Amino acid sequence: MTTTEPATRPTATPAPARRRLRPGAVELFVGVLVVAVLLRGWLVGATNSARVQTWLTIFVSIVIQATPFVVLGTVVSAAIAALVPPSFFARALPRRPVLAVPVAGVAGVVLPGCECGSVPIAGALVRRGVTPAAALAFLLSAPAINPVVLVATFVAFPGRPQMVVARLVASLAASVVMGWLWLRLGRTEWLRVPDRPELAGLGKGAAFVAACRTDLVQAGGYLVIGGFTAATLNVAVPQKLLHAVGGQPVLSVLALGFLAVVLSICSEADAFVAASLTQFSWTARLAFLVVGPMVDAKLFAMQAGAFGRRFAVRFAPATFVVAVLAAVAVGAVLL
Amino acid sequence: MRRELHALILTLVGGTLLKLAFTGDYARYVKPGVRPLLVAAAVVVLAIAAATLQRRDRRDHADGDGHAHRHSRFDVAWLLLLPMLVLLLLAPPALGSFSAARSGTALGAAPASDQPPLPEGDPVRLSMMDYASRAVYDNGRSLAGRHLTLSGFVLPGDGGTWYLTRMVITCCAADAQPIKVGLTGTVPGRLKANDWIQVTGSYATRKDRDPVNQEPIPYLSVESSTPIPAPARQYES
Repeated sequence: MTTTEPATRPTATPAPARRRLRPGAVELFVGVLVVAVLLRGWLVGATNSARVQTWLTIFVSIVIQATPFVVLGTVVSAAIAALVPPSFFARALPRRPVLAVPVAGVAGVVLPGCECGSVPIAGALVRRGVTPAAALAFLLSAPAINPVVLVATFVAFPGRPQMVVARLVASLAASVVMGWLWLRLGRTEWLRVPDRPELAGLGKGAAFVAACRTDLVQAGGYLVIGGFTAATLNVAVPQKLLHAVGGQPVLSVLALGFLAVVLSICSEADAFVAASLTQFSWTARLAFLVVGPMVDAKLFAMQAGAFGRRFAVRFAPATFVVAVLAAVAVGAVLL
Repeated sequence: MRRELHALILTLVGGTLLKLAFTGDYARYVKPGVRPLLVAAAVVVLAIAAATLQRRDRRDHADGDGHAHRHSRFDVAWLLLLPMLVLLLLAPPALGSFSAARSGTALGAAPASDQPPLPEGDPVRLSMMDYASRAVYDNGRSLAGRHLTLSGFVLPGDGGTWYLTRMVITCCAADAQPIKVGLTGTVPGRLKANDWIQVTGSYATRKDRDPVNQEPIPYLSVESSTPIPAPARQYES
C-alpha cells in the first residue's frame, strides 16, 4: 500500500527530510474508514442474505476467538526475539538435531492455547537459531498436546480416557516424524523467515515493542486470510456429503481429516465436535483430532505468512499424510 | 509511516474488541468465557499501539530504507481492517436456521452415568441440550410426568414439521452445532424460520432421524407457546 507514494520513498535522498509531509498509509487508512462508513447502508443491504450473514459471522468469530491466542503467541515470540539470548536455546536443546526434535516436540506441552499462538513462536525460534526441524516439531505438537486441550478432550469423551492418550501419542508421534522428515528432506531455501532488520541495534525495550507490533500485524493479517478461507469452506461444503461416507473405514478417516482442514476449529474445541460425530469410527475421530491442530485452512495461511508459501505448500500436505497415518496406527493399537 | 499505520490498525483492533466485550455483542461470536481473554488481549494490543506511537524511533528511516522490496509488497496488516469493519458496521447476527439446517443435530457422546433427577419446578426450565439428551439417551425416563419449558428458534423440517433449535458452541461460532427438538401437539401457527419461541409441554415418545447425519431428534408435545425476543446469549455452551 505504501507503494502509492513511490516519489516519497527516499531512495535518492537518504536522511535529510525527516519531518516532511508524506501523504501515505495513514491518510489511506483514514480514507478507507470514511468510505466504509459512507457505504454502510449499501453494505448492509448487500449482505442481507442468510448465507452471506452466516459467512460473515463465522469469519469474524474465527478472528475474534483466535485473537487472544495470537496476542499471547506474539508477546512470547517477541520476548524470545528481544529478551532471550540465542545461547539459551543452544543450551536448552540437545546439540544434535535428531535429538532436539523430540525434545522440542515434548516441550509443546508448556504452551497453553490453540494453534494460532504457536505459529509466531515457532518463527521466533527459527530466527533465534533453533534448528528448523525442532521448531517445526514444536509448532505441530504445542496446540495438540498442551494440558488445556487434553483436559477438553477428556471432558468431551466421557468414559473413554483412552481417547486422550491416543491423541497425545499420535500428535506427538506425528510432530516428531515431521521434524525428522524435515531433517532428511527439507531444504533451507523453502523456508523464508523474514529477518527483522528493524530490530537490530535497538535497546531491549524498543526491540520488544517493535517485535510485538510486527508479529501482531503479520500473524493477524494472515489470520484474516485463514478465517476468510475457513468461513468460505464452512459455508460452501455441504456436511451431508461427509456424513454419507461414515460407514466406510478408509474413506471415513480421510473424510474427517478433510473436515478438520475445512472447519479450522480451535484445538480447544475440536474434541467436542469430534464427540458429536457419532456415526464415524473412533479412529476416524482421532484423525480429526490429530489433523486439526496441525493442518487447517486458517493455519495454512498463517504458516505461509510466517515461513513463506513455498514452505507451506510442501509442509501442510506432508503433515496431513503423516498425521492421518499416525492416527490410524495409534487408533489400531489403542482404540 | 509503517509504524504509525500499524499503531492505528492495532488501536482499531483493540477498540473493537473492547466494544464487543462491553456491549455484550461478543456473545454472538464466542462463548461467554472468552470475554476476559478478549479484554486482556485488547489491553495488550492497545498498549503495543501506544508504545509504538510514543517511542520516537531515532532510526525511523531504517524502517523503509535498505529493503525497499518489502515496501513494494502488500502489507498484510491492512487485512485486519476487514473483520473490524465488518464488526463495527455490519455487526453480523448470531448463527440461526441457515446453519442449523446444514448441520446435523449434535448430542455428543452418551453420558457415562444415568441422568440425575430433574430439578424442582412446575414447569421446569431445561436447556435444549439437557432435554434432548434425557429424551434420547434415557428414553425420557427422567422426564416422565413433568411440565417442561424450552426456548429456541424454529427451523422448518420436512412435511411441515417445526424443530425448536438452539446452537451449541464450545469456543466460537465456527464450531457451532445445532440441537434440534421436534414440536408436536399444539404447535403455534404462522411460524417462520428463525422466530424465537418459548414452549411448555411434556415428553413425547416420537423420534425422527436428522436428514443430515441420521442422529435421533426427540419430540416435545407442546401445550402452550409464546413468541419471545432473541435472548442476549443465543448459544448454549
